[in-house]
Amino acid sequence: MKSLKTLNHNLSDPAYQLHVLNNHSESLRQQPKFEEKLKDINLFPLRPTGIEIFQVNLGYMCNMTCKHCHVDAGPDRTEVMSKETLQHCLEALRHSDISTVDLTGGAPEMNPHFRWFLEEVSELGKDVIVRSNLTILTTAPKYQALPEFFAEHQVEVTCSLPFYNKSRTDRQRGEGTYDRSIKALKKLNDIGYGKEETELELNLVYNPAGAFLPGGQEGLENEFKRQLARKHDITFNNLFTITNLPISRYLNFLLESGNLDEYMDKLITSFNPAAAKGVMCRNTISVGWDGTLYDCDFNQMLEMPVEEDAPRHISEWNESELNSREIRINQHCFGCTAGAGSSCGGATT
Amino acid sequence: MSDTYYNPKDLKKFEDVGEFGPELAEKFFDYYGAVFEEGALSAREKALIALAVSHTVQCPYCIDAYTSESLEKGASEEQMMEAVHVASAIRGGSSLVHGVQMMNKTKDLSM
Ligand code: SF4
Ligand code: SF4
Repeated sequence: MKSLKTLNHNLSDPAYQLHVLNNHSESLRQQPKFEEKLKDINLFPLRPTGIEIFQVNLGYMCNMTCKHCHVDAGPDRTEVMSKETLQHCLEALRHSDISTVDLTGGAPEMNPHFRWFLEEVSELGKDVIVRSNLTILTTAPKYQALPEFFAEHQVEVTCSLPFYNKSRTDRQRGEGTYDRSIKALKKLNDIGYGKEETELELNLVYNPAGAFLPGGQEGLENEFKRQLARKHDITFNNLFTITNLPISRYLNFLLESGNLDEYMDKLITSFNPAAAKGVMCRNTISVGWDGTLYDCDFNQMLEMPVEEDAPRHISEWNESELNSREIRINQHCFGCTAGAGSSCGGATT
Repeated sequence: MSDTYYNPKDLKKFEDVGEFGPELAEKFFDYYGAVFEEGALSAREKALIALAVSHTVQCPYCIDAYTSESLEKGASEEQMMEAVHVASAIRGGSSLVHGVQMMNKTKDLSM
């Protein structure tokens, strides 16, 4: 499967995506705006509570092309963060109390400077999270050796696994994904990840394989634990439930399956003020592969950098100015505030 | 007036049934909400039971709602289909078991 970008698909244009979300049908035109919903609860303009998580997008290259990917990542994407930009990130981190560095992509492991960067970050004493798609850990030998490297640096591994069975996982992420993911999970378990007696944290990320919301995080975590233990003797620490945001390839799915209106309606009617208070853009900054700063990974994919008055590039890092910025929002934000809320760390309420 | 008896959009109007009698509707929705809370049965198990029952009562609104609900609560396709088979087995079985009455009566009437 090719990325929307390579296909020159009209949805590879972020401005067009936003146009679709706002105007595609009569029903979408009539929906309340995210801004209005925030105004109703005195949360507009949306501002940070203080940056705690520094999320680095190491590039859009990926060994997979999942149907729901909000990054439109794939083997055909060439955007990769340069060593120079990574050095700017280290510089910013060196002068900051930010406690957590979250590495994402694409497949972050595919960045040629991945190991070096991870070592540098952990030397700064920061907690590191790697967002792994699991299957990459079963490909070339250099990736197969990563679990031990992660353990050595006490990295938290957060992996995507859309479902505890094969059919639904493979449908979303491609044929063979489930078996390879299980293989990688077993390997991680074998070296101590996800075990109570070690400090090596292994978390799974669940996102619905279709046009429905994630149900209660706790109930799903119990079911995933039960099923993965029963079928494969696999253990893990936490399950994070994430709502699919209606952008990029997932938006394409919604349009092609005729589910867009109903899905947006569901997100909007499930708007939860408590979840709105806890949206992740309030305590996270997202660094794009070229060093541009964004409020979150979703705004990054929609090419909505942080507001003009704030420093817009990692080389201009100024934490206090960033902390007083106004967060940029649009209709996709309803994905973060529906039901129990959704963030990179799962439900927010 | 719609041309069909069932319109998917009407499912959303369920909560408006109180318009013609708010007190009983409120009592019903309180009860309904309490029934589906996590209890001795998990919310996922309750969604699957509701899915099975909705096939027995053949309510398209409920089938729509509890298909989504079962998916959201993390049920697999296999579990959902098994739930429908449970409903079918009980439906079929409950007809068949009355065959005993028919047989009894036949025997009573026969020489
Ligand atoms: S969802 Fe993750 S694994 Fe799948 S294509 Fe996107 S970045 Fe790659
Ligand atoms: S999409 Fe980004 S900016 Fe919008 S609410 Fe979610 S985290 Fe914040």
